[in-house]
Amino acid sequence: MKVPISFNKLPNSPSIDKVGVEERVARFQTRSIKNESKRQGLDLVLSMIDLTTLEGKDTPGKVKQMCYKAHHLHDAYEGVPNVAAVCVYPSMVRSAKTALIGTDVKVASVSTAFPSGQSTREIKITDTKFAVDEGADEIDMVISRGKFLEGEYNFVFDEIASIKEACGKARLKVILETGELCTLDNVRKASDIAIYAGADFIKTSTGKIQPAATMQVTYTMLMAIKDYYDATGIMIGMKPAGGISTSKLALHNLVMVKEVLGNNWLNNEWFRFGASSLANDVLMQIMKLETGVYQSSDYFSID
Amino acid sequence: MDRVEILKTYKIYIGGAFPRTESGRYYTPLNSKGDPLGNLCLSSRKDVRNAVTAARKAFGSWSERSAFNRGQIIYRIAEMLEGRKEQFMLELQKQGSTKADAEKEVVLAIDRIVYYAGWCDKYNQVLSAVNPVSSAHFNFSTYESMGVIGVLAPQATSLIGLVSLLIPAICSGNTAVLIASENLPLCAITFAEVLNSSDVPGGVVNILTGKLDELAPGLAAHMDVNAIISESLGSMEIGIAQAAVENLKRKFTYEANWMSEESQSIYYISDCLELKTTWHPIENIGGSSSSY
Repeated sequence: MKVPISFNKLPNSPSIDKVGVEERVARFQTRSIKNESKRQGLDLVLSMIDLTTLEGKDTPGKVKQMCYKAHHLHDAYEGVPNVAAVCVYPSMVRSAKTALIGTDVKVASVSTAFPSGQSTREIKITDTKFAVDEGADEIDMVISRGKFLEGEYNFVFDEIASIKEACGKARLKVILETGELCTLDNVRKASDIAIYAGADFIKTSTGKIQPAATMQVTYTMLMAIKDYYDATGIMIGMKPAGGISTSKLALHNLVMVKEVLGNNWLNNEWFRFGASSLANDVLMQIMKLETGVYQSSDYFSID
Repeated sequence: MDRVEILKTYKIYIGGAFPRTESGRYYTPLNSKGDPLGNLCLSSRKDVRNAVTAARKAFGSWSERSAFNRGQIIYRIAEMLEGRKEQFMLELQKQGSTKADAEKEVVLAIDRIVYYAGWCDKYNQVLSAVNPVSSAHFNFSTYESMGVIGVLAPQATSLIGLVSLLIPAICSGNTAVLIASENLPLCAITFAEVLNSSDVPGGVVNILTGKLDELAPGLAAHMDVNAIISESLGSMEIGIAQAAVENLKRKFTYEANWMSEESQSIYYISDCLELKTTWHPIENIGGSSSSY
């Protein structure tokens, strides 16, 4: 079991060679994936999706509809797996939980004044506890990017540690919002802080800021997970979120996970996609493989 | 020193850009004298898929533009084509036309585009109807654009055939994926350059070159294509029709002399439209009746 360490024991983060990262990432995208592997990969992608709705206009009805979709992705074709989880705001956790009774789909809730994180520690802890009490299995918190960029790393570290405590049994995903961190060096630093402060998962983005889950950023975070695993033997999960809307990109991500971290991470316990429109694209690709005909979104459920 | 002439590379047109085929293949059609016309992309099924994706993406905003604005943009195509008349004439001559025939074909293509530009904001008034019904309803039928149209350009002409099928399909708000004439493909790609410089949003028209019997079946079977229009396809006809059945695509084949003034009409527009009939209740107080 993972024990948070104190901030002053945090190792120095290595600096990141951006050109090198870009070259390695480009190579992941050249792997040839044959139909049979592709089919398995697509099923795997579906089972790794956190189906997400994080909008001001969310209602219990909308959440209920999305939850139905989570375990009825495409009833026209049998054998399609369920997604891993749904991801909603704290106020919607109860509705989601009720709608998913009797399924293996988990409920993840964003918290800590998502998406900006601009609030007091007290409110963030209350926010988290509320979501957990409502039944959330997983908590997606955001870090204080402003404090991070000011160099207040200890503040960020302590905040993550205190939210981890508030989570209880719920797994904690820490959103770095890499689009606001400016450099890959910062991404690596924030990854290390999050991992050592108690994150079970690290996640790229809220989905509200562009750029989001680029492969360069995800690769940098995977390397942080790898270095931590090599040092401690403890696995940390990874969740790229935002901007992954095509099957091709999702498969490239799986190739990258396999080649950087290995097969142990190729399941929804340790790897997730945060996405809303990815599921339909994957379903359309699966149906293309099954029928031999390119598909139309007209014949799939609305996201 | 003599100057070495630069040969043009003819690339395909997808989503407003000119990529090479993803397959990396090319072919070299010859004219009747046996001279090569150029190296052209031998497009693949994946290019068809990419083109349909681009066309679908462009459909929303193109179909939502005002009819008047679409008319302006179609007219702009004619303006740009007029400015490049010489280039098209040279290409047609390279592909075997006489100079007089080439000029006639280009001029007719320009005039035909202007003709359809004029129809953009008028066809709905002409085609739509208010229908008599025996209840207290307004009942009216109007036409709406379909979506993505697959256009198999006539094989015997390089320019006028494709203009005659493509322009009426897009002037009502549809978007199109066009497969150029296999042996006379030059004007199709140069026409793409005209489209690219004439305010037509990227993706509204996508143009591929290559083998018709390789590309057409995939296009006809694609679930996201709403109609297939072409000349009669001979031995391919039945296969294309069967592929189109899966999502009940509209399929129209035309026999026409495209160089004739007769080969343009509002019905080329209406074939690529869907009819929508609406029942709108009328509150009928005190028995006063409307004349509808």
